[in-house]
Amino acid sequence: MTKKYTVQGATGEFEVVIGLEVHAQISSQSKLFSGSSTEFGAQPNSQVSLIDAAMPGMLPVPNMECMRQAVRTGMALGAQINKYSRFDRKNYFYADLPQGYQISQLYHPIVGEGEIEVTLDEKDPDSATKKIGVERIHVEQDAGKLMHDQHPTSSYVDLNRCGVALMEIVSKPDMTSPQEAGAYVKKLRSILRYVGSCDGNMEQGSMRADVNVSVRRPGEELGTRTETKNVNSIRFLMQVVEIEARRQVDLIEDGGEVVQETRLFDPNRMETRSMRSKEDAHDYRYFPDPDLLPVELDDAFLEECKQSLPELPDEKRERYENELGLTAYNAAVLTAESETSFWFEELLAQSVERTGKSDKDLAKQCANWLLSELFGALNKLGVTLEESPVSPSQGAELLSLVADGTISGKIAKDVFEIMLETKQGAEQIVEEKGLKQVSDTGAIEAAINDIIAANEDKVEQYRGGNERLLGFFVGQTMKAMQGKANPQIVNEILKKKLDS
Amino acid sequence: MTDITELGIAAIRDGVASGDFTAVEVAEAFNANVAAASALNAFIVETPEIAISMAKAVDDDRAAGKDLGKMAGVPIGMKDLFCTDGTQTTAASNILGGFIPQYESTVSANLWKAGAGMLGKLNLDQFAMGSSNETSAFGNVISPWRIGGGNNAPLAPGGSSGGSSTAVSARLCPAATGTDTGGSIRQPAAFTGITGIKPTYGRCSRWGVVAFASSLDQAGPMAHDVRDCAIMLESMAGFDPKDTTSLDLPVPNWQAALNSDLKGKKVGVPREYRMEGTDQDILDSWDQGIAWLKDAGAEIVDISLPHTKYALPAYYIIAPAEASSNLSRYDGVRYGMREVPEGANLQDMYAATRSAGFGAEVKRRIMIGTYVLSAGFYDAYYTQAQKVRTLISQDFKAAFQQCDVILAPTTPTASFPLNDKNKDPLSMYLNDVFAVPASMAGLPAMSVPCGLNKDGLPLGLQIIGNMLDEQSVLNAGLAIEERAGFTARPDKWW
Repeated sequence: MTKKYTVQGATGEFEVVIGLEVHAQISSQSKLFSGSSTEFGAQPNSQVSLIDAAMPGMLPVPNMECMRQAVRTGMALGAQINKYSRFDRKNYFYADLPQGYQISQLYHPIVGEGEIEVTLDEKDPDSATKKIGVERIHVEQDAGKLMHDQHPTSSYVDLNRCGVALMEIVSKPDMTSPQEAGAYVKKLRSILRYVGSCDGNMEQGSMRADVNVSVRRPGEELGTRTETKNVNSIRFLMQVVEIEARRQVDLIEDGGEVVQETRLFDPNRMETRSMRSKEDAHDYRYFPDPDLLPVELDDAFLEECKQSLPELPDEKRERYENELGLTAYNAAVLTAESETSFWFEELLAQSVERTGKSDKDLAKQCANWLLSELFGALNKLGVTLEESPVSPSQGAELLSLVADGTISGKIAKDVFEIMLETKQGAEQIVEEKGLKQVSDTGAIEAAINDIIAANEDKVEQYRGGNERLLGFFVGQTMKAMQGKANPQIVNEILKKKLDS
Repeated sequence: MTDITELGIAAIRDGVASGDFTAVEVAEAFNANVAAASALNAFIVETPEIAISMAKAVDDDRAAGKDLGKMAGVPIGMKDLFCTDGTQTTAASNILGGFIPQYESTVSANLWKAGAGMLGKLNLDQFAMGSSNETSAFGNVISPWRIGGGNNAPLAPGGSSGGSSTAVSARLCPAATGTDTGGSIRQPAAFTGITGIKPTYGRCSRWGVVAFASSLDQAGPMAHDVRDCAIMLESMAGFDPKDTTSLDLPVPNWQAALNSDLKGKKVGVPREYRMEGTDQDILDSWDQGIAWLKDAGAEIVDISLPHTKYALPAYYIIAPAEASSNLSRYDGVRYGMREVPEGANLQDMYAATRSAGFGAEVKRRIMIGTYVLSAGFYDAYYTQAQKVRTLISQDFKAAFQQCDVILAPTTPTASFPLNDKNKDPLSMYLNDVFAVPASMAGLPAMSVPCGLNKDGLPLGLQIIGNMLDEQSVLNAGLAIEERAGFTARPDKWW
């Protein structure tokens, strides 16, 4: 068990209670209520429809693909799917909000309660797991963006992002440490990517979290919480929990009181700052959007959503362990990110095709190669799996050469080095450089005969009981064969000759 | 030769089709009437060139032997709540001063497709909020009607579609579009002796219509008579995928099915509509209407709509609530008026722009709406009003088990002098007391002229129909029209 996380104050220990509201941009071609493109990085205001700009008389029309993605996400979290949901208006004035209200779902969200199981230490296959409750998921519009650095006295508005669909995934206050909060977001992001409902790209703002933190002495009632807005990396999120918990503990111990307020995180100064207090909080005057009918989902729609769900990380991990015979650790690492598992499965499938062996026979080899050789190389190159210079099919080509005995595992490492450099295929490299493993017993026997003849003394010692010398003979033979001899055959012949 | 401007939609369309006159001649005749009627202040923008060019297109089509639309060659007035591509659209508010849309509302586009032309943009109460046209930022429309005997006090044309009612009544156009949120077609139609119908909510697309209260707003025609209303409504209505509240149903051929024989039909007379404060003339006209419908073969049944008295208060919660949110977009950031005082920040700009841009009645309703939606008051007002709305719908549902249409007055009084009620918003709101219940229930309802009061001012009778049953409303309206023989016209003084 991981040790319980507490914040040590001068007067005792404090527990931390954390709830997260994760805003995840739904992967869709067009916005939630208009046909504008959602592509990232376009020229400011080049993806703005009459609806997004809230021109007079414009009306929203829901993009059902966005609702579908929210439903699929809910299903992936084992959550309750609400066949009846409704859009509400959240009213406030800001220059990045052309309508003067955000269309959201307060009263009847599309997804109800679900849960996410997180592993607290992913490096440790036996680490404890914990179920974090999900309160709800609702669908809403994103706002535009203000640019304050374009003009000395005015701000500019970019409405490209305005109206893009978000899922707000609200957790229960079930997390009690920065690690749990981090693990929750990591796992959530992984599931979103598997489902394909969000690309999880925190740098581009596709995913960001509002972090609710409160502290209490063990056994006491929940403390007053603060909400730190728009945290856009897992590292920052964990820092926010730590910093905010420490600030609250210090405040309480100094005789102060935590006020319910919205705060902002400043990663440069490593502090959170008050944005607005409860007294200044907006009265959003939520009410049902009269421009939109309730969203009513029929069984056929729900069935399609269900059928379209991919195998999810937890199921996958179990299958890798039980059916492919991988270690718990390897199964966990391979399934943590959808890209890794998709790469692995492609590698395995191609290897099966090339060798005719079963996936169970090849899984371990594929997993080991991917996790050590490929990841090691990518690390050195400083690139991600998506940017890998070697494709799954090229990897399978290399591994099948090992599997059928064409090259040894050792030679495979050299071939891989060359593949990375030259982008050439493994077979071509082996062919051109003459790296094919020699399994010709005649050639190997001839080499061994020479070595035995040249090392009479060592042969005597070996036969006298020093069996460790076998390694010496193997090494000498491999050297003589320029590393290309099939080690298994070398071993067999050597033993036969020396023991006779 | 007959004066073309005396003709309605059907006559003009048929005349153009048969070659009695050209569409351009029609447009020129109405352009002349519009130009000569500036004293009525019915138009915010006059578009004589557009009227001519659209008419020319119809004449060309006819010359080319092409099929002509249902309203080919009929020039109309367009309430300035409908966005018109390239023509200023203001909702009669300074906050949209100079706003020229780059898009065409679905309803107006449908009308142009049917061959109608545009004479101009008609004045209205600002953002359609008002019953006398006095809230327009462009000055109030004046009714063409006057009390006889040397009393030349300017009268209210009704509202909010007061430009539409005046323009049709004064023959500045043969027909006009209106919108009705809580009586804005029916009340002005009644005040000016013309016919107007608000169809079932969802018949006409709201896309491109400046929003007042989304769950209530509905466009409809205002014209000389029932038949013209049927023709024009057919041209306006239809499913629009851009408005999710629009009805995905075919548009019936109402005009072809018009039938004033009401044998076997039941007409409900709601006892709760006999309210205090209703003019005796109005009550008399109601009795007359009952007699006419009996004469047309209908059976009269006494019905009850028990929650009627809560309709108006509930309406004045729901409509302002929606309006307060719908009008948030007028913030000076993207279009329309922008006021930036020296050293102003964003909040200051909002305050200055909206203070200068909105009229007093609009501000009043934004404040009412903001209040009823605010934390702590929402349940007491908005939620409660929604419950009342449901009860009102249930009242009608029950009533339509007993009858096919409901007959009631359109308004409690005839037109009143300008400045008479604008200091007292409540008495102004009461003008819509008979109109609002049908709006709350989303039902089709029509006002048909039935006679003059003792001052010589027109009165209207209202027919309310069941959901989607515009046909019964039009048929009963036609039965009244045939018996009322309403031919009174304002004496031209403008």
